[in-house]
Amino acid sequence: MIETRGLRKSFRSRAGRETKTVDAVRGVNLDVAEGEIFGFLGPNGAGKTTTLRMLATLIEPDGGQATVAGADLRKDPAGVRRRIGYVPQGGSTWDESTAREELVLQARLYGISKADAQRRATRALDAFQLTEYADRKCKTYSGGQRRRVEIALGIIHEPKIVFLDEPTTGLDPQSRAHMWDEIRRLRTEGMTVFITTHYLDEADALCDRIAIMDHGEVVAEGTPAELKREISGEVVIVGLDAATTPHAAQLLDTEAYVTKLETADEGGLRLYVDDGAVAIPQVLRRLDHAGVELRSIELHRPSLDDVFLTKTGRSLRES
Amino acid sequence: MKLARDTWLIFQRQAQLLLRNPVWVFVGVFQPVMYLLLFAPLLKPALNAPTQAAAYKIFVPGLLVLLAIFGGLFQGFGLIAELRAGVIERSRVTPVSRLALLLGRSLRDVVSLIAQAVIITLLALLFDLRVFIGYLLLAYLMLALIALMTSAVSYGVALKVKSEDALAPLMNTVAQPVLLLSGILLPLTFAPGWLQGVARWNPFSWAVDGTRALFGGDLGNDKVWQGLAIITVLAVAGVVWAARQFARSVR
Ligand SMILES: Nc1ncnc2c1ncn2[C@@H]1O[C@H](COP(=O)(O)OP(=O)(O)OP(=O)(O)O)[C@@H](O)[C@H]1O
Ligand SMILES: [Mg+2]
Repeated sequence: MIETRGLRKSFRSRAGRETKTVDAVRGVNLDVAEGEIFGFLGPNGAGKTTTLRMLATLIEPDGGQATVAGADLRKDPAGVRRRIGYVPQGGSTWDESTAREELVLQARLYGISKADAQRRATRALDAFQLTEYADRKCKTYSGGQRRRVEIALGIIHEPKIVFLDEPTTGLDPQSRAHMWDEIRRLRTEGMTVFITTHYLDEADALCDRIAIMDHGEVVAEGTPAELKREISGEVVIVGLDAATTPHAAQLLDTEAYVTKLETADEGGLRLYVDDGAVAIPQVLRRLDHAGVELRSIELHRPSLDDVFLTKTGRSLRES
Repeated sequence: MKLARDTWLIFQRQAQLLLRNPVWVFVGVFQPVMYLLLFAPLLKPALNAPTQAAAYKIFVPGLLVLLAIFGGLFQGFGLIAELRAGVIERSRVTPVSRLALLLGRSLRDVVSLIAQAVIITLLALLFDLRVFIGYLLLAYLMLALIALMTSAVSYGVALKVKSEDALAPLMNTVAQPVLLLSGILLPLTFAPGWLQGVARWNPFSWAVDGTRALFGGDLGNDKVWQGLAIITVLAVAGVVWAARQFARSVR
C-alpha cells in the first residue's frame, strides 16, 4: 500500500543571523501492507509528522521515492490525494463551523455530489457518535469530540489509506480507548491506517506493525512481538536475602535455561532467560530443593521501550 | 468546470461564515457611512466645488476605491487564522483546485465590497449624487478588479509570512504610500509637479482617475480604459501569484 525508498527532507531555519539546516527525515524506507494498522513510534522531533506530510503530498521530498496506494508520489500527487485521507496533528476544524457543515464541505471538495455528501456526513456523525452535537459550532466541542470530527473528516471520502498524526494525544484514558476502537473499526472496513504516536502502550496494543523512528531514521521495524523478541528475551528477578544470595547464584548459574545471571541492584538476582514461563517453575523447584528461602519472584517482559533503548541508547520515556 | 464548482464551494462557505458574524457586516457598512456623513461635508469648501453634489462626484469614487484597496489588503488576517486552525492544510490534501482555494475567498471579498459600494452609492444619492447606471456598473467593475487584486495579494503574502505580526506592518507599509499617492481623498490636481510625477507610477492613481471620470459621466476619457486595463493586468498577475502560494505553501 505504501512503499518508500530513501525519503528525505531537510528544513532550513533561521536562528538570528545564521541559517541552520535540520535534517528532519534522512532516508526512510517503509513497506506498509494493505489493511494493517501501521504505527510510527518516536520521540518529539523524530520526523514523524514530516514523513506523513510528504506522503500526504503537503510538502515535497528533497529526495527518494514513494508509491502510495499505487500512485507515484512524485509523478502523480493528484492521484495520491484522491486515494488518501490525512488528519493533521494540530487539528483541522474551524471554530465557527459545525461538524455537519465541515463534513459536507470536505466530501464535496473530493468531488462528491451534494446529496451524497449530506448522506455521508449523517452516516459519519452516527458512526463517530457525534449526532448529538452535529449542528453545534466546533468551538463548543470537547477535545475528544473534536478529535473524532477530525478523523471523520479524514475518511469521509472512503480513502484506501488514512494517515492519523497522533490521534490520541491529549485525550483521557477512556477517550483514548474509544479512539482505539474507532481506529480498529476503520481497519475492519478495509482501510489501511497509518498512525503516529509516542505512546508505547498505544503502539503495542493497537498496531499490527510498527516502525521506530529516531532523529529522522527508522531504527527498527516489525510487529511489536517480533521487535520485543529480538532483544535479550525475558528477565526473571528473584528476591533473596543478602545472606542467601551467593548460594542461590551458585545454584542457578549452572542451570541450562539461564543465559546470563547478575546480582540485582535492589538485592537478589536477575536471570536472563528465553522464556520466563518455563524458567520460573524450575527456579522455584531448584531453590526449594536446596532450602533457600525466596522473598519474591517477578517476570519482566521486554517492552517497546527496551527495544528503543537497545536501538538508540536512550529511553523513549526520557527523551 | 471543476474550477467553477470548487470556487463556488469555497465561496459559499466563506460567505456563510461572514454572514454568520453580524459584527463584520455592521462594521463594513458603518465605517464608510461615517466617512460619508462626517468627512464629506468638509469637502465642498475644501475642493471649491460649486455644489455638494459636485463634491460628492469627486469624493465618493475615491472613497470606494479606498474601501476596495483596504478591504482587500487586510483579508490575509483571516487566512492566517485558518492556516493556524489547520483548515488550509485540510483543503490542500484534497484534490480541490488550488486556484479555487484562492478565487473562492477573493470573490467573497469582491462581493462584500460591491455590497458596501452599493450601500454607499445609495446613500450618496440622498445627497444629490447622480450617476448614469451604465457608468456606475463600469465603475463597480473597476472596484471589483481592485478588490480581487488586493485580496489575492494579501492572501499570497499571508501564506508566505504566516503570522499576523509580520502581515500587519507589511500591509500598512504598502497601503500608506499607495493611499497618499493615489489622490484618493483629495484629487492630485492640487499637488506639486513632482508629486504628480511620482503618482503616475501608482496604478491606483490611474484607477481612481478612471473611476472619477466614470462618476463624472466622462466615458470618453482615456483614463477610463487605461485604468481598467492596468488594474486588470495587475489583478490577473496577483491571482496567478497567490494561487501558486496556495499550491506550495508549507504549513
Ligand atoms: N517547517 C519547518 N521548518 C523548519 N523545521 C521544521 C519544520 N517542520 C519540522 N521541522 C523540524 O524537523 C524535525 C522533525 O519534526 P517533525 O514535526 O517531523 O517531528 P515529529 O516526529 O512529528 O515530532 P512530534 O512528536 O513532536 O510531533 C524537528 O526538528 C522540527 O523542528
Ligand atoms: Mg508530529
